Amino acid sequence: MHGPLIDTLARQGVTRRTFMKYCATLASMMALPPAAGRAMAEAMASAPAATRRPSVIWLPFQECTGCTESITRSHSPTLEGLIFDAISLDYQETLMAAAGHQAEEALHAAMKANEGKYLLIVDGSIPLGLDGAYSCIAGKSNLDTLKEVAKGAAAIVAMGSCAAYGGIPKANPNPTGAVSVSDIIKDKPIINIPGCPPIPVVMTGVLAHFLTFGSLPEMDSKGRPKAFYGETIHDRCYRRPFYDQGKFAKTFDDEGARNGWCLFELGCKGPVTYNACATVKWNGGTSWPVESGHGCLGCSEPDFWDAGGFYKALSMPADPLKMASTAAIAGAAAGVAISFANRGKKSAAKSAHETTTLADLEK
Amino acid sequence: MNDMQFLTWVRGTGLDIALSIFVLGVLWRLFEIYSLGRKPDLTAPRHAAGASGLHTIFRRTLPAEGMLKRAPVSIIGGTAFHIGLAIVVFLFAPHILLIKNLTGLSWPGLPSQFIDLVAVVTMAAMVVVLVDRINKPVKRYLSTFGDWFAWTLTFLPVLTGWMAVQHLLLPYTTMLAIHILTVELLLVFLPFTKLFHAFTAFGSRWYIGKINGHKGVAV
Repeated sequence: MHGPLIDTLARQGVTRRTFMKYCATLASMMALPPAAGRAMAEAMASAPAATRRPSVIWLPFQECTGCTESITRSHSPTLEGLIFDAISLDYQETLMAAAGHQAEEALHAAMKANEGKYLLIVDGSIPLGLDGAYSCIAGKSNLDTLKEVAKGAAAIVAMGSCAAYGGIPKANPNPTGAVSVSDIIKDKPIINIPGCPPIPVVMTGVLAHFLTFGSLPEMDSKGRPKAFYGETIHDRCYRRPFYDQGKFAKTFDDEGARNGWCLFELGCKGPVTYNACATVKWNGGTSWPVESGHGCLGCSEPDFWDAGGFYKALSMPADPLKMASTAAIAGAAAGVAISFANRGKKSAAKSAHETTTLADLEK
Repeated sequence: MNDMQFLTWVRGTGLDIALSIFVLGVLWRLFEIYSLGRKPDLTAPRHAAGASGLHTIFRRTLPAEGMLKRAPVSIIGGTAFHIGLAIVVFLFAPHILLIKNLTGLSWPGLPSQFIDLVAVVTMAAMVVVLVDRINKPVKRYLSTFGDWFAWTLTFLPVLTGWMAVQHLLLPYTTMLAIHILTVELLLVFLPFTKLFHAFTAFGSRWYIGKINGHKGVAV
């Protein structure tokens, strides 16, 4: 196997064998057949001259750059960066050297040159309030930019929970009127890669799939790649046996916490969160939130910010009960009122009772 | 409404509404029933061993002589599902956590696999008593809509809870929300259906035992 990518990798000290292993891992992680690993490797390695690599445009909207941070942290010195060598990232505000008009020119040049073929990555939600004035780039609202750039895209990747589901900007009371990409764009294939931020390998896995097969991988009902969002955190959690045994940490510094028991009672949202953190982990497989002693926040699920609080167990009331005490008083009052009514009826019947004597019967 | 919003609603507003109706209904009916009272019995009490309200409460928990042979399905099935329900409802860790949050009371739970087994046994026993009710002409004749309705209200939370844990039919989040919703339906209807026996069974046994005890009859 030869190609510009292999040569570049060789110069960076990455052997062909390591590259093949990476592709095989990626393919197996996505539950693709073994041959897919080789197909991925070939597709990426054979990407010819720099100018003809698949174009990727990355638009940032109402976001915190956490998604970009997540990807770049994984970039060096791991092999995740390989994927980025196989694509041409033509517009990414954080990473590109260009600024201002130059950046806008790069965007429009890429859109024109790759009409109908480029992959659009969006991170951040899109504000609809005040005609989109809450977030503008180059004098245009995010809404207008998204519509314009999406028109020529082959597919769209909604990167992070904000782009996928509205995320934190959409949290109650949603002051900017934030919505997700799929709320606006209806005529393009969209894949959601939620998470706050999403796991880097999920992102690169989806890109590798797109580069290799020219399509998006299989998705679940929430538009997420099934390979990574097929199971809940809880079902794959290494602390799951403690849940089954009924061993729970009650506070963050009790004996249970020190023993690494289940964090369900401390509000872990693992049972209702579909993501790959428990298996893929973070920072090159170093650790992940539950392993570091904090419950899952459920960040890859829609509206995780408004799901009743991070530190309330799933089986606890999401909101304080407001009506119960009033209902108790009303119930007691109703009961007492009815008892008086019944007693009244009883004594009325008693006083209306007429004694029948023998004389009455003989009448 | 997505599945997470559905779950948050049943854990929040839905729970508030259901618990309020439950508390209102229970207090209302308890006050109403126990305030009815009885006429004082002016006869001289006869004393007999084992004849009192308390005795009857315990005695009627066990099958009467010969009944186990005459109605084995009702007695074994009925006892099994009542005990099963008590275990599943009160000894599953997430349930205890809810009770603790609502009342401040808590106790240790049982391993989830054991609860799982008990849930299956409970459902099997409930199905058996239902089939028995359908098959036996007398039982079928005596059954009203209230009986079928009460069975359904009791069965659904066990079924949906078990299905959620087993990841059957629907994703866990949706099934969990449906489970909580079925429990809320049970809470709403409990005070106004035959299910209210959960609050009155022992009280009525006491009444009966006391009246008979006054007459010197141990039943």
